[in-house]
Amino acid sequence: MRINPKKVNKFIQIMLNVQAFFTVGILIVIVALILVKGIGNINLEFLFSFPEDMGRHGGIYPTIIGTIMLVILSILFATPLGVGTAIFLTEYTKETILTKIIRFGVESLAGIPSILYGLFGFIFFVIKLKMGWSILSGVLTIAIMILPTIIRTSEEAIKAVPKNFRIVSYSLGATKWETVIKVVLPSATPGILTGIMLSVGRAVGETAAVIFTMGSSLRLPTSIMDSGRTMAVHFYILAREGISMEKAYATALVLVLSILLINIVAYYTMNKVVSRFS
Amino acid sequence: MDVKIKIDNLRVYFEKNEILKGIKINIAKNMITGFMGPAGSGKSTLISIINRMIDFEDNVKIEGRVLIDDINILDKEINPVSLRRRIGTVFAVPIPLQRSIFENIAYGPRLKGINDKIELFKIVSDSLKKAFLWDEVKDRLDMSATKLSGGQQQRLCLARTLVLKPEIILLDEPCSGLDPISTAKIEEALSELKKEYTIVLVSNNTKQIARISDYSAFFYLGELIEYGTTEKVFTNPSQKKTEDYISGKFG
Repeated sequence: MRINPKKVNKFIQIMLNVQAFFTVGILIVIVALILVKGIGNINLEFLFSFPEDMGRHGGIYPTIIGTIMLVILSILFATPLGVGTAIFLTEYTKETILTKIIRFGVESLAGIPSILYGLFGFIFFVIKLKMGWSILSGVLTIAIMILPTIIRTSEEAIKAVPKNFRIVSYSLGATKWETVIKVVLPSATPGILTGIMLSVGRAVGETAAVIFTMGSSLRLPTSIMDSGRTMAVHFYILAREGISMEKAYATALVLVLSILLINIVAYYTMNKVVSRFS
Repeated sequence: MDVKIKIDNLRVYFEKNEILKGIKINIAKNMITGFMGPAGSGKSTLISIINRMIDFEDNVKIEGRVLIDDINILDKEINPVSLRRRIGTVFAVPIPLQRSIFENIAYGPRLKGINDKIELFKIVSDSLKKAFLWDEVKDRLDMSATKLSGGQQQRLCLARTLVLKPEIILLDEPCSGLDPISTAKIEEALSELKKEYTIVLVSNNTKQIARISDYSAFFYLGELIEYGTTEKVFTNPSQKKTEDYISGKFG
C-alpha cells in the first residue's frame, strides 16, 4: 500500500516543528534555571566588589576583569594571525600539497580537546618560556585554541566573495594587496565577524585550558604577567569545591548575560557594516 | 592607418588546446575596432591578453608579441598593474563593487593616490558625463551602485574605466545583457569616445559591429579569418565564412 504523500508531509512538518521546539526548549530551560537560581544574588555590589573567603561572600569583580582581559587580548592576538592565514590560503597560494597540509593541520587543531591546549600552554608558556601562571600565558594558549575557528570561518567568508569583484579591481589597476584590503576583506567582514564571535564564546566559556595557564588567583590582575581567574573558572571552582552554589549560579548568570550582550552588539554592528557595503 | 596595438603571430595554448592560432592584426588608434565571431573563436582570450588579465588563469602558454606603442607588453619587464591603468576593460556582465556610485568611480583614482575631494568630484562627474550616465545619477551619487538598472550599471562600469584616462578601452560584449535603449546609449557614448581613445569592441551582435566600428575583424576557431574596414568586411567580404557569419547562416 502506498502511503498518502499528504500525510507524510504533515507528519514531517510536525516532526520538524517538534525538533526545533526541543532545541530552543533546552536552551530556554538552561537559561531559565540559571536565571532563577542566580538572579537573587546579582546586584551592583556583586559585580563591583571583591570576593571574600574564597568567593563564599562578596562579589566577582576581579573575575570580570580577568575574563575581559583574557578574551579581548586573545582575540586581538588570534584575529590578525587567523585572518592573515586565511588570506594567504585563499588569495596568495594555489592549491598545492602545502596548502592541503596547512588546512589539514588547521582542521586537526580544531578537534583537539581544550585540556590538551591547557597542558601544552602549561608546559610551553608557563614552564619553558618562564611566563608563569599569567594572563599572558592564558592569552597565548587561548589564542592558539581559537585560531582554527577564525581561520576556517575567515577562509569560507573570503572564498564566498565573488571572483568578479577581484577581476574588476585588478582591471582598474589594483595590486593584489589593494584588492584584498579594499574589496575582498570588506565583503568578507560579516563572515569573519561570525568566526570571531564564535571564538569569543569559546574563550569566555573555557575553563580547563585557562586553569592550567592563567591560574586561578582571585586577586585583581594589574598586568598581563599577573595570574587571574575568569568567570568560567570561578564558577567551576565555586561549584566543584562546594564553596557556594548561590554565588556559582550568580556568576553563571553574569557569564550567560554577557555572552548574550556580546552577541547582540556584534549582530547589530555586523548589520551596520553589511548595510554600508551593499 | 595609425597603429596603436600590433599583434604579431600570437599563439595561446590552454592546457593542450591551441586557443589562438597565430593571430596577426594591427589595431588603429582612435578608432573602434570590432571583433566578431562565434563562441570559442578566441576573441575574449585576445582581449584578456591585451590587458594581461590572462595572468590570473592557470596552465596558459603564450607565444608571439603584442606591441602597444611599439613596446611588447608580454615582456617580463612590463608591470601588469601599471599596464592595466593604461588599458580600461568593460566586461560582459556589469560588476559594480559593493559601494556607492561615487565610490565605484573613485576606486581607481584613489588607488593612484588621488584623495582630494574637489578633484575627485570633478573627475568622477566628468567621466559620468562621458558615459552618458550623469543626468540619471547626479542627485544620488551616494546610493549603492548595485541598485542601478543593468544598463546604468554597464555605463557605470564604462565611467569607472574612463576616469582612469586609459589609452585603450576594451569592451567584451558590453551589451550582451542589455535592452535596445541601453545598448543605444552605450553605442552613442562609444562613438563619442573614439575621438580620445582606441576602442576594441567584442560583440556577438554583428549589426552592432556594423553600426559603430570603423574596422572589423572576424575570428573563427582561434584564427583571424577576415580583417578590414567595416564597410569592406560587411559589403564585400573576401572569405565565404565571413559572408556566412554576417548573413546569419551560422554563429
